[in-house]
Amino acid sequence: MTSTNPTLDLAGGASAPPAGPRPARRSSARAAETRRKWYEIIGLTTPAVIVYVMFVLVPMGFAFYYSLFRWRGVGPPTDYVGFDNYVLAFQDPIFLDALRNNAIIVFGSLLIQGPIALGVALLLNRNFRGRTLFRLLAFVPYVLAEVTVGIMWKLLLSDAGTVNAMLESLGLGSLVQAWLADLDVVIWTMLAVLTWKYVGFAIILLLAGLSNVPQELNEAAAIDGASWWQIQRHVTLPLLGPTIRIWMFLSMIGSLQVFDVIWVTSVPAVRSLGASATMATYMVDNGFFARLWGYGNAVAVILFAISFVAAVLFQRFLLRRDIEGAITRRAN
Amino acid sequence: MAIKRRATTFLALSMTTALLVAGCGGGGESEAPAESELYKNPVTLTWWHNASQDGPGKEYWAKVAKDFSALHPTVTIEVEGIETNQLQRTRLPAALLSNDPPDIFQAWGGGEIREQVEADYLKDITDQVKDEVANIGSAVEIWQVDGKQYGLPYRMGIEGIWYNKELFQQAGITAPPATFDELNDAVTKLKAINVIPIAVGAGDKWPAAHWWYNFALRACSVDTLRKASLENNFDDQCFVKAGQDLKAFIDTKPFQPNFIATPGQNDPTSANGLLANGKAAMELMGDWNKGTLDTVTEDQEALNKFIGWFPVPAITGSAGDPKAALGGGDGFACAKNAPAECVEFLKYIVSPEVQKGYAETGTGLPVAKGAEDGVKDPALKSILEATTSATYVQLWLDTAFGSTVGNAMNDAIVAIFAGNGTPEQVVEAMKAAARK
Repeated sequence: MTSTNPTLDLAGGASAPPAGPRPARRSSARAAETRRKWYEIIGLTTPAVIVYVMFVLVPMGFAFYYSLFRWRGVGPPTDYVGFDNYVLAFQDPIFLDALRNNAIIVFGSLLIQGPIALGVALLLNRNFRGRTLFRLLAFVPYVLAEVTVGIMWKLLLSDAGTVNAMLESLGLGSLVQAWLADLDVVIWTMLAVLTWKYVGFAIILLLAGLSNVPQELNEAAAIDGASWWQIQRHVTLPLLGPTIRIWMFLSMIGSLQVFDVIWVTSVPAVRSLGASATMATYMVDNGFFARLWGYGNAVAVILFAISFVAAVLFQRFLLRRDIEGAITRRAN
Repeated sequence: MAIKRRATTFLALSMTTALLVAGCGGGGESEAPAESELYKNPVTLTWWHNASQDGPGKEYWAKVAKDFSALHPTVTIEVEGIETNQLQRTRLPAALLSNDPPDIFQAWGGGEIREQVEADYLKDITDQVKDEVANIGSAVEIWQVDGKQYGLPYRMGIEGIWYNKELFQQAGITAPPATFDELNDAVTKLKAINVIPIAVGAGDKWPAAHWWYNFALRACSVDTLRKASLENNFDDQCFVKAGQDLKAFIDTKPFQPNFIATPGQNDPTSANGLLANGKAAMELMGDWNKGTLDTVTEDQEALNKFIGWFPVPAITGSAGDPKAALGGGDGFACAKNAPAECVEFLKYIVSPEVQKGYAETGTGLPVAKGAEDGVKDPALKSILEATTSATYVQLWLDTAFGSTVGNAMNDAIVAIFAGNGTPEQVVEAMKAAARK
C-alpha cells in the first residue's frame, strides 16, 4: 500500500484539470455529496419512520377520531357526538379521583424515590465489601415483572397477610391496616408498592451518573480539605444534575401512565370507587369493561395530552440546559 | 418509575387494527350452501370458548371437537380457549369488527347478543335448530332476538346460596332459610358461634351486585324486569326498593370484614376460599360454584361432605314472584358468514349425549333433556331441580341490560356496599349509562 500511494498521487497530480472549471466541479461535487447524504438519511430512517407512523401516529389519530363518537365497539362508529365524551370524563367524579391519584403518584414518587435513590446511590458508590451484592438487591424489584410484583404484594397486604402479621408480632398492632380495602389508605399502599418497585431504577440511573463524575474533581476537592459531605454537596450533586433531571422526567411520565401494578394489586371494586383508579385503569375499565369504546378513546387522548404537555413543559424548563449542552457540543 | 405506554398503545392499537380490518371487510357475503352440500367440501371451523384453564372443561371441549371431526372427516376444528374477560371484552369484539371472526364462539346472550345481531354479526339459525330448541326449552330465549334464534346454550343454571351444613348444625339452624326473616335469623345464630355468616367477593363487583339483583327480583314484577331488559327502562320504584332492601341487609353485618377488597373466586383468600375452608357458612353463587370451590379447598373430602345448596329466600309480602330465580348460562353462536357446518357442530354440542358428557365434567349444569343423568353431585342435583321448577328465570341483570348499563349498575351497587352510595344513585347511574 505505502509503495503504491505516491504513484497514485503522482497520477492524480498529472491528470489534474485546469483551474477554470474547477469551482464548478467542486460545487457539483458538493451537491452530489449533499444528495448522497440525503439519500442516506432517507434510506436509513425510512423503516423507523414507517413503523413510527404506522404504530404511533396513525393509532393516535384513530384514537382521537373514535373519541368523537358515541360508540360501543359493535359495528362501525356512526353516532358523532363531538367533544361530549371529553365533557363527560371531566364530569365523572371517578375520573377526577383518577387524576388526583395520578398526581399523588407523580409527586409521591419524585419526593420519596428521589432522596432514597440519591442516598443509596451515594452509599453504593463507595467502596465496601459486598457492594455488588447490594447493587444487585436494590435493582431486583425493578427487574421483576409487574404482574408478579402485584400478586406478591396483594398476598402480603391482605388482611391476614404477612405485613399485618409482622406488625402484630413486632408489637405494632395499632398500625395494622386494611391496606387494600380501606378506601382512604389504598392509594398510599399503591404508592408504597410502586416506590418499592421502581426505586431500583432510580438508583441504577444515579449510579451510572455517579460513575461519570471525574474522580480527579473529588480528589482535588479532598486535597483542598473538603469533607466527604462537602464533596458530595458541592462537587458530586451539581454534576449529577442532568441524570437527576432525566430520572425525574422518566418517573413523571411513567407515573402518569401507571397501569399494571395497580391493575393487579388493587381489586376492581376499589378501583371503580375511585380509591385506586389511575387514568390508565379508568380507561380500560370504561373502554373495555363498560364497553364505551368512544369514551375510552377520549380518556386515552386526555391521558396522552396530559403526558405530552407535562413532557414539553419539563423539557422546556428543566431539561433545556442538558439538551442545549448536547447540541452545542455537537455543533463544536 | 414505570415507563409504561403499553396500556394506551394497546387500546389505541387494537381499536385501530379493528377499524382497518373492518374497512376491508363487508364484501363477499357467501351464501350458505344447500343442505345437500354439507360435508362435501373440506372446511375448517375456528372455535373460541372460555374454558381457558387446564382442567376437565377444556379437555372436554377438545374431545368434542375431535369426536365431531371423526364423525365428519371433512370438518377440521381449530379450538382456542381464551380467558372470559379477555374473550368477551377485547378479543371477540375486535374479531367481530374484522372480516375474519371465529366461526363459532362463546355467546352470553341478553343485551350483548342483541347488539351483535343489530350489527349483523350473527347467523340466524332459527330454522335449523327447531328440534334442539324444543329439547332445551325456555332457556334458549336468552339467545333469541325478536323471536329469532342466534345461539344455543350448553350450560344454564340458577343461582342460590351454597352453605356449610355442618356449621348450620353447630349454630342450631335446623332447616335452610326459606324467607329473608329466617335468613337474618340464621345470620344471628352463625355470628354467635363465631363464623362469618356470609362470604361475598365484593372486590370483583359482580358477586356483590348479585345480592342487589336478587332484591330486585323480589321487589319487581316479571313484567317490569322484561321491560327493563328490552327497553332499558328503569323508572319503576322497585329498583330503588331493591337498593333499600340491600342497604338494610348490609346493615345487619352478615358479611366478612373488609369485603370490599375480597376477590370472588380462585384463591384461598377469596369468598370462595372462605366457604370452601369452613371459615364462612354461606355464599351466593351460580351453578358453576362447585367446580371453583374444588380448586380452592384444602380438604376436598370435608368439602364434599358439608357443602349444600338452597334457593335464594323469598321476601314476604313483596311484589316479585317468590318462585322466580336469577340465572344465566353459556352458549355458542355462529358468525354470519360461517360455513353451514358450524350450525351442525352447534347442534352436536347441545345433543343429549354430548351434554351428558359435559354434565359429567361437573363444570356446570346441562340444558338438554336427556342429559340429567350426567349430574352426579348432590348440590348440583338440587340446583337442577330448582331450575326446572322455577316459574321464571331472569338472566343476570348485568348481562340482560348489556355491558354498559351492567357495568355502571355494578359500580353503583358496590358503592352501597362500601357505604358511600345510595339506592337512588344506582338507578341514576343505570339511566345515565343507558344514554352513554
